Amino acid sequence: MPAEAVALTNAIGDDAAAVLAQPSPLASFWAAFRENRGAVFGLVVFTVIVLLALTANVVAPHSPIEQFRDAVRAAPVWEAGGSWRFVLGTDGDGHDMLSRLIFGARVSLFIGLSVMCVSFIVGVALGLVAAMAGPVFDVAITRLMDLIMAVPSLVLAVLVVAVLGPSLANTIIAVTIVYLPNFVRLARASALGELNKDYVTAARVVGVGPLRLATSTVLPNCLAPLIVQAALGVSSAILEAAALGFLGLGAQPPTPEWGSMLADSREFIRSDPWIVALPGLAILITVIAINLTGDGLRDALDPKMRRG
Amino acid sequence: MVAYFLRRIALTIPTFLALMFLTFAAIRLVPGDPVEVRTGEHGMSPERLAYFRHELGLDQPVWRQFLDYVWRLAHGDFGVSLSSQDKVLTEFLTLFPATLELSFFAMLFAIAIGVPAGALAAVKRGGFYDQALMTISLFGYSMPIFWWGLLLIMFVSVRLGLLPVSGRIDLIAYSFDQPTGFMTIDALLSNQPGAFLDALRHLILPAIVLGTVPLAVIARMTRSSMLEVLSEDYVRTARAKGLSPTRVIGVHALRNALLPVVTVIGLSISSLMAGAVLTETIFSWPGVGHWLIDSIGRRDYPALQGGVLLISAVVILVNLIVDLIYGLIDPRISHAR
Repeated sequence: MPAEAVALTNAIGDDAAAVLAQPSPLASFWAAFRENRGAVFGLVVFTVIVLLALTANVVAPHSPIEQFRDAVRAAPVWEAGGSWRFVLGTDGDGHDMLSRLIFGARVSLFIGLSVMCVSFIVGVALGLVAAMAGPVFDVAITRLMDLIMAVPSLVLAVLVVAVLGPSLANTIIAVTIVYLPNFVRLARASALGELNKDYVTAARVVGVGPLRLATSTVLPNCLAPLIVQAALGVSSAILEAAALGFLGLGAQPPTPEWGSMLADSREFIRSDPWIVALPGLAILITVIAINLTGDGLRDALDPKMRRG
Repeated sequence: MVAYFLRRIALTIPTFLALMFLTFAAIRLVPGDPVEVRTGEHGMSPERLAYFRHELGLDQPVWRQFLDYVWRLAHGDFGVSLSSQDKVLTEFLTLFPATLELSFFAMLFAIAIGVPAGALAAVKRGGFYDQALMTISLFGYSMPIFWWGLLLIMFVSVRLGLLPVSGRIDLIAYSFDQPTGFMTIDALLSNQPGAFLDALRHLILPAIVLGTVPLAVIARMTRSSMLEVLSEDYVRTARAKGLSPTRVIGVHALRNALLPVVTVIGLSISSLMAGAVLTETIFSWPGVGHWLIDSIGRRDYPALQGGVLLISAVVILVNLIVDLIYGLIDPRISHAR
């Protein structure tokens, strides 16, 4: 046999072996995810932020709500007059900036993740009901979601908080309501797409009940776009919550929330720029990291949704 | 076509009704005595309380109150602001041109830069420029715009002293009637030298801040839509015919790539209004977003209720108009539904 032919047979053999030893779904997902360098970078940054948030008690040099009366608006270490005692300086009330930023990560991630969990669960449930429980439910749920979509996101959130009163919990409720339609519509559309397929008909024929049909037959096949939506939804939720905080309608002081830190910093825009710059930078880095990860998730989970 | 138009218009009626119900229900959920919430007065005598309860129709059954509310709205009565004692509708209409003007310039900025930048990225796919643009647009749509606004004020206005920090015009230097409510137009009409330029200078930073997220979205959208079009047969034909690259890209490709971009622009009205709330707050821009946030601070619930209703109504109407225009442009849409 000529050399090329041998090489060819070997290659085919290798392929066959590869087919036989199929990688686990997780491994193949990771292989696809790893190709996207931006996504890996985003994931690394996000992991660091999560670790900082989890270990805030240990990592942060000071308490986020302790006021150092002797060092109000102390300069960060790189500015003239800065010291290592307050690496990123202190704010107008003498809070240590670094500690507040680290604890702020905890607040922001908590908001982002709880919004995502609640709107994912409620949204997917409503979406499946709309798709499968008959036209009355479908019209009612779809109309309700249309209404929520018609009100500009921040305006709706502002209305909810204005009615319920500003607090961290109400911020989460408001932002959850705002992002609910995304999940409902996506779950409904994917479920409707799956319902016509043969395997669903087959499941029906063998007598699978409606609840089981929804949760264990249809839902698993709709998950990919929903997971991507959830990942990208975390960053939107963090931005939205920070915007509410900035407007004074979110977490109330002295809670170290990035948005409200920015609102308090406005008076120092001339004298102490770092008080303004740092909280926003924290928001931007977190949101970019999550968006990069989300984009990578999308590419890895569903090549059809690639942005090109 | 007419059937499509009518159907599309009829579909907004339940949305409007639901919107009315939402704002109606919201004000009922505000904690505290409903009369005090609506009048802004506290510690009233029982007689006065009873008088207002009757006057405001709060002694009626709830369904009756809702019908009354819808009836009043249908007649253009959106309530009276507690802080100014003006009609909410009048206040809204006075302030809305400022928001509209800001949104217009923000979109102008986003389209004027986003479309060419995205098209160029598609043409130079994978190159340095493409990657740089995609990175910048990632920053753009991840940007907390309230922070971005503060940064721009800090550098451009405070450090460099180039542009004004807030407001629509220098009120000390210029004063004129505002028949249209659009500062740039009114400044031109006033014939005061420099007024128009000053109004423009006040617009630059707010428009950049409000336009940043749309800019990033439009640039990305143009790029991906352009990439799709560039691989079409008619583009290859145009190239094969020997047309200049500029003509192929600018005329044959870009014009076809713009349709999805126009869709995105049409759909962004809602997020534009949300962004306007933040932008107007940062720059003390006297528009409806700033007014809405102020009315929360003043516990002016009628203004908040009317404001949310009116802003959302504008968004629903604009989306309706966009849909109807699509029906006209693209017959496939009106036949499909």
